[in-house]
Amino acid sequence: MHRRALFGLAAVVLCAPGARAATGEVHIDNFVFTPDSLKVAVGTTIKFINRDDLPHSVVSAVRPPIFKSKTLDTDDSFSVTFDKPGEYAYFCGLHPHMKGVVVVA
Amino acid sequence: MTDQPTRRAALECMIWAGSGVLWTVAGGVPRGQLVGSAQAATTGFTFAQISDSHIGFARDPNMDTPGTLKAALELVKAAPVAPVLMLHTGDVSHLTKPAEFDVAEKLISAAGIPTAYVPGEHDVLEDNGKSFIKRFQKGMKQGAPGGAYYSFDQAGIHFVGLNNVIDLKAGGMGALGAAQLAWLEKDLAGLSASTPVVVFAHIPLWVVYPQWGWGTDDGAQALTMLKRFGSVTVLNGHIHQVMQKIEGNVAFHSARSTAFPQPAPGSAASPGPMKVEAAKLRSYLGVASVSHVQGTGPLAIIDTPLGA
Repeated sequence: MHRRALFGLAAVVLCAPGARAATGEVHIDNFVFTPDSLKVAVGTTIKFINRDDLPHSVVSAVRPPIFKSKTLDTDDSFSVTFDKPGEYAYFCGLHPHMKGVVVVA
Repeated sequence: MTDQPTRRAALECMIWAGSGVLWTVAGGVPRGQLVGSAQAATTGFTFAQISDSHIGFARDPNMDTPGTLKAALELVKAAPVAPVLMLHTGDVSHLTKPAEFDVAEKLISAAGIPTAYVPGEHDVLEDNGKSFIKRFQKGMKQGAPGGAYYSFDQAGIHFVGLNNVIDLKAGGMGALGAAQLAWLEKDLAGLSASTPVVVFAHIPLWVVYPQWGWGTDDGAQALTMLKRFGSVTVLNGHIHQVMQKIEGNVAFHSARSTAFPQPAPGSAASPGPMKVEAAKLRSYLGVASVSHVQGTGPLAIIDTPLGA
């Protein structure tokens, strides 16, 4: 279901760039950002959703962070819109071994 | 059991059971024993360790974390030699909420045992530990303003409470940071090598399982500073299970949670809460694993169920 959403996003990026604001989702399942690497178009909004029983957060890996969620308890979500091209690495502030990246082109 | 414990044996002996650990210091050597164990210390200075009470967590397998914290505290109080000090090794709360801190503070202070706290990552959300320090570390002389680390001396033992849960770095594990390490070096400098040292921090200072972030990136630097001491005991929480090892004169011990168990390293898809049958939760509380620290000898790990 959620994967389908991501395929949908890819279709938007490839087939109708600029037609409308694209969106995507990253799920946190079992202490893993899924997908942990995501390529999106400029202007895409990514929604991070915590599906775990324990809280997590989403913090950009640069200092100071470009984006930082509040603590996300189970089923909480956090959205970021990526307006500029680049590679945006992020991690979980509670469990920093959890990492991911959004590549914006 | 007197054999040198292997990693495998240590893993096999890990038992989750959410009570506390009693520590008795006789002749400068701390000896650990799980609260509720039939064999109780009768002499020496006794202190207790509780950990990971996660007040605010209310999901499978534990809808009543205040209840299990209370049960753990009752076991601590019921020990044959009443502990005169308690250490809480962090994750007092689940989400750093004032209401969660309120519940924990009330329950723990009602036990009537002076308690020294270090923060877990769940205690420092959004405010970098400000509210935790204000509430749970008042009266402690901070190693640095807002640092959430300090030391004190009691009964001839030097206690060092460390903070390895703030300002963590992408891809890393727990971290102490350069400022805290510099403070620790100074803090230990004046002590004679015969002073027993007890170091307590939330995340294990040794690397337990990096795949799950169970370790401290710069923990080895702290442990190097402790090498010259004849008796060092390192107490941690975070991993919600008993794990013990000894290296030279340093004995490591991680305590169980009073809230919920976490799986043995690598035994599950993630370190999320282990789903334990509700009917079994309290009986797990009584399950004990015992460690004795005997001079510079090996840490004996004894698998001791306390009851059915």
